[in-house]
Amino acid sequence: MTPSSSVEADRSLHLRVRALAGHRAVWPVVALLLIFAIDGVVSPGFFHIRVVEGRLFGNLIDILYRAVPTAVVALGMAVVIGTKGIDLSVGSVIAICGAVITWRIHAGDPHWLILLSALGVGVLCGLWNGFLVAVLDIQPIIATLILMVSGRGIGLMINLLYGGTNPSFNSPLLQGLSVGHIGLVPTRLILGVAIFAALWLLIRRTALGLFLEAVGGNSPAANLAGVDARLVKYAAYLICGLCAAWSGVILAADTHTSDPVSIGLYIELDAILAVVIGGGSLSGGRIYLGMTILGALVIQTLTTSILTSGLPPEYNLVVKAVVVLIVLLLQSNNLRGALYAGFARKTG
Amino acid sequence: MNEKYLPLAATIAVFLALFLIGGFLYKNFLSTLVLGDILADNAFIIIAAIGTTFVILSGGIDLSIGSMIGFVGVVMANLDVVGWHPLISGGLMLGFGLLFGALQGLIIDFCEIQPFIVTLAGLFLLRGSCFMVNLDSVPIRHPFVAWFAGLSIPLPGEGELRSSAIVMLVALAVAIVIAHFTRFGANVYAIGGDRVSAALMGVPMRRTTVAIYALGGVYSALGGVIYALYTSSGYPLAGTGNELTAIASVVLGGTLLTGGVGMVAGTLFGGMILGLIATLIDFNGSLNGAWIMISGGILLFLFIVMQRSLVGSFKLRDTT
Amino acid sequence: MTARIEMIGVSKEFPAVRALERVNFRVASGEVHALMGENGAGKSTLIKIMTGALGSDEGEIRLDGRPVEISSPGHARALGIGAVYQEVNLVPTMSVTKNLTLGRQPRRFGLISWREARDRACEKLERLKVDIDVERPLGSYSVAVQQLIAIARALEDDTRVLVLDEPTASLDANETELLFQVVRDLKHRGLAIVFITHFIDQVYEISDRISVLRNGRLVGAGATADLPRLKLISLMLGRELKRTEERLAAAPGASEGPVVLSAEGLGKRRTMAPFDLSLRAGEVVGLSGLLGSGRTEVAKLIFGATRPDSGHLEVSGERMTAHSPRQSLRRGMAFCPEDRKAEGILAELTVRENIILALQTKMGWLRLLRQNEQEKLAEEMIRALGIATPDADKPVGQLSGGNQQKVMLARALVSDPRILILDEPTRGIDVGAHAEIVSLIRKLSAEGLALLVASSELDELIAVSDRIAVLRDRRKVGEIARNDITRENIIGTIASARS
Repeated sequence: MTPSSSVEADRSLHLRVRALAGHRAVWPVVALLLIFAIDGVVSPGFFHIRVVEGRLFGNLIDILYRAVPTAVVALGMAVVIGTKGIDLSVGSVIAICGAVITWRIHAGDPHWLILLSALGVGVLCGLWNGFLVAVLDIQPIIATLILMVSGRGIGLMINLLYGGTNPSFNSPLLQGLSVGHIGLVPTRLILGVAIFAALWLLIRRTALGLFLEAVGGNSPAANLAGVDARLVKYAAYLICGLCAAWSGVILAADTHTSDPVSIGLYIELDAILAVVIGGGSLSGGRIYLGMTILGALVIQTLTTSILTSGLPPEYNLVVKAVVVLIVLLLQSNNLRGALYAGFARKTG
Repeated sequence: MNEKYLPLAATIAVFLALFLIGGFLYKNFLSTLVLGDILADNAFIIIAAIGTTFVILSGGIDLSIGSMIGFVGVVMANLDVVGWHPLISGGLMLGFGLLFGALQGLIIDFCEIQPFIVTLAGLFLLRGSCFMVNLDSVPIRHPFVAWFAGLSIPLPGEGELRSSAIVMLVALAVAIVIAHFTRFGANVYAIGGDRVSAALMGVPMRRTTVAIYALGGVYSALGGVIYALYTSSGYPLAGTGNELTAIASVVLGGTLLTGGVGMVAGTLFGGMILGLIATLIDFNGSLNGAWIMISGGILLFLFIVMQRSLVGSFKLRDTT
Repeated sequence: MTARIEMIGVSKEFPAVRALERVNFRVASGEVHALMGENGAGKSTLIKIMTGALGSDEGEIRLDGRPVEISSPGHARALGIGAVYQEVNLVPTMSVTKNLTLGRQPRRFGLISWREARDRACEKLERLKVDIDVERPLGSYSVAVQQLIAIARALEDDTRVLVLDEPTASLDANETELLFQVVRDLKHRGLAIVFITHFIDQVYEISDRISVLRNGRLVGAGATADLPRLKLISLMLGRELKRTEERLAAAPGASEGPVVLSAEGLGKRRTMAPFDLSLRAGEVVGLSGLLGSGRTEVAKLIFGATRPDSGHLEVSGERMTAHSPRQSLRRGMAFCPEDRKAEGILAELTVRENIILALQTKMGWLRLLRQNEQEKLAEEMIRALGIATPDADKPVGQLSGGNQQKVMLARALVSDPRILILDEPTRGIDVGAHAEIVSLIRKLSAEGLALLVASSELDELIAVSDRIAVLRDRRKVGEIARNDITRENIIGTIASARS
């Protein structure tokens, strides 16, 4: 090879490495693989999947299973964040959902109606947030703070409606959706995939996605181009509310109880993290649904890995914080630039 | 009156109205005793909220406050076990708060990551560290704690200004001077009002951003120290959710969450309003604790809507 | 004459773009030096390096003969280099006093003395003969006043170099004259003044010397008196320029097409007095008037971007019931707003997505244009308007200003309008793109479109209009028919209405 062509090859390799490193999917995937690699070393058999009593068992299944509530909330969050918004109230929506489900079960409603009521709670909460953001034009982080602060209180009040003494319940329908299985596969996983597919179709096979991203990118411009920014924002918060409500159904049925104070605690933070790890910018303008799922999986894999590695569960939060920081730092252009400069000096 | 004082006036009006309603409903409510209690009980959160005011004025947000309060208490309690004086361990924690805040500020500015996300990682990191140290409440037995708790200035009537309230008022005075009479303070308002312009006007962005979060860190650490002394213990779950209370105090105090507009003094009244509501519900006895959250939410809603209409009129540019 | 500031062999490279290539630039004391160039010539990069907002890759800067390293905007100011930009770079939420003294507040015992700060602020404004309440927030004043406050801020006692980056873009004639008086005064005090503008007339009115940049290189420099207009423009363009000011002949019968739009008594309190206006197919109606006379307001009222509170609007004989951009689009209107950045482009979205947006909103959210249709439309427009982009999937934010303007035009055209409203279609774009857009307007009207064009440039309006509506002080004060359109007539109409 002539020197000049080797320089060129080197350069094109450099460019390709640079382009690859710049792609938004790279760092979350690298993070996931890294965690898996450590798991493989620390706990052999981590990846083992077996069938017990007609169900799939294993850490990987467990990760998927447990990631569903966060992932579903994160999908809704990704939509809201795409419109330059944010929804801090998803945890509160989950709390209200749990309380409403328990209340109506004690009141003796048919369970399909209770399921609809729970989703109705999500719709109402979404409409409320949408009203504050789209009509009153309040900054989303503030607007949704209101429901975040008061939502768990509302849940506690609803608990009082049936005395609140024995908030646990039984419901074959709801528990079937949450902890049941269809064949080998957990039902909630199948439903989670279905929700993802439905949302993807809604966003990418209609013009809704384009409108959501237009509103997030430049709201006045979208308005002048004929996009009904109000309606679009309503739609975003509605979707997010519904996603949170679904997560509420799963979590409440999983615990058989209404515990508004601690159910879904910090889930809004996990959901936002999932979106951000997936490369979504809080300044809006783009929605990456698939990447968001990847983000949620990174978070859950981390949690599960800590549990299986034998580390005390207390380390969970710290490790999570550190990993999140590393992923974010790697996504930062400034820091990457500094790292590249170092790399170039070494090789050049 | 200049329109910039309007939110503060509204905050004070709400506080007085709530206080009067309390006096109307319950005997003995309208007293310096109740006032002194509210000040002392909420001192730690108001201190943390004062620091947050700077962060929010600059257009940022700090979610690590509650965890900082818990972490400071846990470390102080454990240092107490090995014989450290609370003043020394407290001073150490203030230093830690400064460094931790500064680091958050540096990451926010250098890596251009949203403050929300960086301080969220801070929240996890500090809370997780609490759990790693210990999972139970550890008492602080040093005699200084009892002495500090006994310290107070009598108020007219039966009430007294207790030590934690005194520390809070001093911290507030310092903050007011920093916000309104130093160049750093002016820079905070400039960054919150318009980042790009502020940079072009020569505001040192990195230094100021780092200093803002460092200040926030010191104040929330101070809040943690006061909380540890006030409860004479360190508990790893202490301060959970306090970041929300602090942010709510700042908003109720008339500071715009978008930054650039607001006054530090308002945060005192914002925090007192929340404290007053809790006390009112306490006095009632039959009311559920859930009402604290709900009424807090309702007040937030009212204030935010009021600010919204105010900003609307404020931005109306005279085009003639 | 010694150079007050001298930049020698300055280069700057951005990823994939060489912004400046060994540029020499010197400004003497007591000189107004015009820095000229098209978009992308490197003007703003050079200014950013001079004012410390950017570092250079190579080259040297000398201030009064002494080499200096300018590390930050603050450092530049400490060295006596002040700058004022087209977009007012002050903080709207802070008071005028705080804006004027930020970073150099007078202090006593380490604390700011606001009384002294106030006095200083008043003093600074007095020099510019501006008399306002300095305690009110900056945002409560008009853009023109804010611009003067920005200049007041840039002027310190020790200012040696003053950079004025399109300071007159949003000033009317009187305000510009006031500004020029100040500039002349400063020049006599020995300041070196760098002046950037799109207004060629102003260059010849105020500057002593001119430097011309093109594609990051210095292509010419000399005394203003030795550089005739045609030569200057050809230096900027790099090719000989045909005169574009001449009247482009309208197709005969343009004023006889059917009326497609008519406004009667349309108006909004405190925004625009009620006005009548009609538009025929194949006709171009110009909206002329001074800054703040209501050009944008008329355009937005008709498009429904601003909701009128009086009068009514008929489009193709049908009365509009709801006034909103959505309704207007459905009735066959399209609108290109003046403020490209704030109201026009969607920077993160691709060229293709930007182009199809208005058409898609017309079709509703359920029926998404198929991918290949989207691509076809985008490619067509990129070719037809000569949009310079590597492909249709590049984010619009990465294109130059002129190309962004064309993307906005493309968005409007793809929605297949019968009525096209253009607000300042050539604002902030270079001379070449300017000529293309002017001829495009004529071409569209020849195809039967009705166009309403608001512009601050008389020559542009004269070149394209079949009829001109003249505005003053948010009131329509007259209409000039095709055969009477001259510069003198328009100015006369504006002036005659003054009582």
